[in-house]
Amino acid sequence: MESESKIPPAKKGIIGWIDHRLPIFSFMDHELNRYPTPKNLNIWWNFGSLAGIMLMIMIISGIFLAMNYTANTQMAFNSVERIMRDVNGGWLIRYLHMNGASMFFIVVYIHIFRGLYYGSYKPPRELLWALGVAIFLIMMATAFMGYVLPWGQMSLWGAEVITNFFSAIPVVGEDLVQLTRGSFAVDNPTLTRFFALHYLMPFLIVGLVVLHLVALHRFGSNNPKGIDITSPKDKIPFHPYYTLKDLVGLGVFLMFYSAFVFFAPDYLGHPDNYIPANPLQTPAHIVPEWYFLPFYAILRAIDFDIPLLLFTIDSKLAGVLAMFASVLVLFFLPWLDRHPVRSARFRPWYKIVFWLFLFNALVLGYVGSQPPEGTMIMIGQAATAWYFIHFFVLLPLLSKYEPVATLPKTLDEPTI
Amino acid sequence: MTQPAVNRRDFLSLATGAALAVGVVGAAKPFAQSLFPAKDVLALSTTEVDLSTIALGTTRTVIYRGKVVFVRHRTPEDIAAAAAGDATAIIEPQTDKARVQKPEWLVVMGNCTHLGCVPKAAEGSDHGWACPCHGSHFDASGRVVKGPAATNLPVPDYRFVSDTKIVIGLKPEDKKAS
Repeated sequence: MESESKIPPAKKGIIGWIDHRLPIFSFMDHELNRYPTPKNLNIWWNFGSLAGIMLMIMIISGIFLAMNYTANTQMAFNSVERIMRDVNGGWLIRYLHMNGASMFFIVVYIHIFRGLYYGSYKPPRELLWALGVAIFLIMMATAFMGYVLPWGQMSLWGAEVITNFFSAIPVVGEDLVQLTRGSFAVDNPTLTRFFALHYLMPFLIVGLVVLHLVALHRFGSNNPKGIDITSPKDKIPFHPYYTLKDLVGLGVFLMFYSAFVFFAPDYLGHPDNYIPANPLQTPAHIVPEWYFLPFYAILRAIDFDIPLLLFTIDSKLAGVLAMFASVLVLFFLPWLDRHPVRSARFRPWYKIVFWLFLFNALVLGYVGSQPPEGTMIMIGQAATAWYFIHFFVLLPLLSKYEPVATLPKTLDEPTI
Repeated sequence: MTQPAVNRRDFLSLATGAALAVGVVGAAKPFAQSLFPAKDVLALSTTEVDLSTIALGTTRTVIYRGKVVFVRHRTPEDIAAAAAGDATAIIEPQTDKARVQKPEWLVVMGNCTHLGCVPKAAEGSDHGWACPCHGSHFDASGRVVKGPAATNLPVPDYRFVSDTKIVIGLKPEDKKAS
């Protein structure tokens, strides 16, 4: 606790009076206005603020949708159609929310790959990175549950498949599935709890985002050169430099977002979800939303039992484990990649591995969108193997053997 | 060089702020509109009432746009009481004649004009209604005779589509043009 004498006297005016007692304005001034930021941040640093804005758009549009949505298997589908047809501007709000999910994932994926390329997960930012991975995990759960709410065919069968993940767990699997569903099948109790959780989780994300920002502001942003910034000359105030730069990026991004909302609102979705849920019939080709495709490919890649010394992991459990592992491995990234240089700019070997990893992720996404037949199975298995080899073999090897380049001392120092 | 009172940077700041404000207001508009009654709510805007089933001296309570409407088949005593009330309804003076299309049928909104409770048929000789919540009284024409309500029970738009049927929510025949 600071002694009272250390607190500067109140400034003039109402804001001064409040700020003296509740220093919210000086906090904002410190963190959003004067906050010293590396002067060389490029456009890829725009996606953090864009993710924050997407979160706000999703929460606001979601609250307005919830005012007209009915979480009941008999009424959910029709309540969504009523939003589309009868509620004033309802079509716009729903399309903003529906496409907003995709936009949120686009932004977050770019944000994650930015972090991978420039080594933003490396010390001292390990917890900043871990909080980001936690946000990503909750985002995935939120998006999945949101997709169930319209109670179309894809909603029902997506929920059927995903809740069945837990059935892979030995002994308690079936009980866990019932615990998740609140019923023997995906039914009304499942829908009501998914709605409650879908409404709750975004606020958990807000909490984690606050922690993410606290961790970020502790050491400040990483930068394209990935060096620790020691000279005050290398930093500029956040406002107006990055507020305005982020605004320009926001303008471009909103045009991209609007193009989907107004001209191709259903492009990223599945037509099957405009058929009311029917527990008697599964759609012919069931695929998740595009942002889950790489993980879906990993789930399907393991179609063989894995024999261990004393027992065998059957293919079903192995697939589910591989899929969860593919996300959870990100938590351990700061300890798998221990190379002292952050930015790929000064790591020519890592740079190659990074682009291969990105390409491999796209391949996994494509495989996930295709029926599991013929060469697709082979490609999916190879890409899944590469995914884990990247983390568990290549990164540790590079940490040990990639030469450490001589880094510039300041941002202005020329590099070759 | 002296700085002009409004320089280029001020102009750019103002222009950026204005563009942002227009964008935010424009985006907020559909959200605000979504809070107003939706089209399916507006579609429930008429209620048909079959008068032939309402016995003399009774009141039928019907729902119009989710709100209560009293349709009262008035006896000659009711009509006389209402006409006599022209002199006593001084809070919001209105003649009984101006409040009905046919003297034997009184159609008024059934939510008290104070705070919205549904008044009950009054005991006593005034053939009117008394509100159980805060004690307002309305006479045989639905006019307020005792506060706290400050206005009469409003008369909704309704039309006799035949001698025995009215449609609440349609403008009366003779006012159709308006």
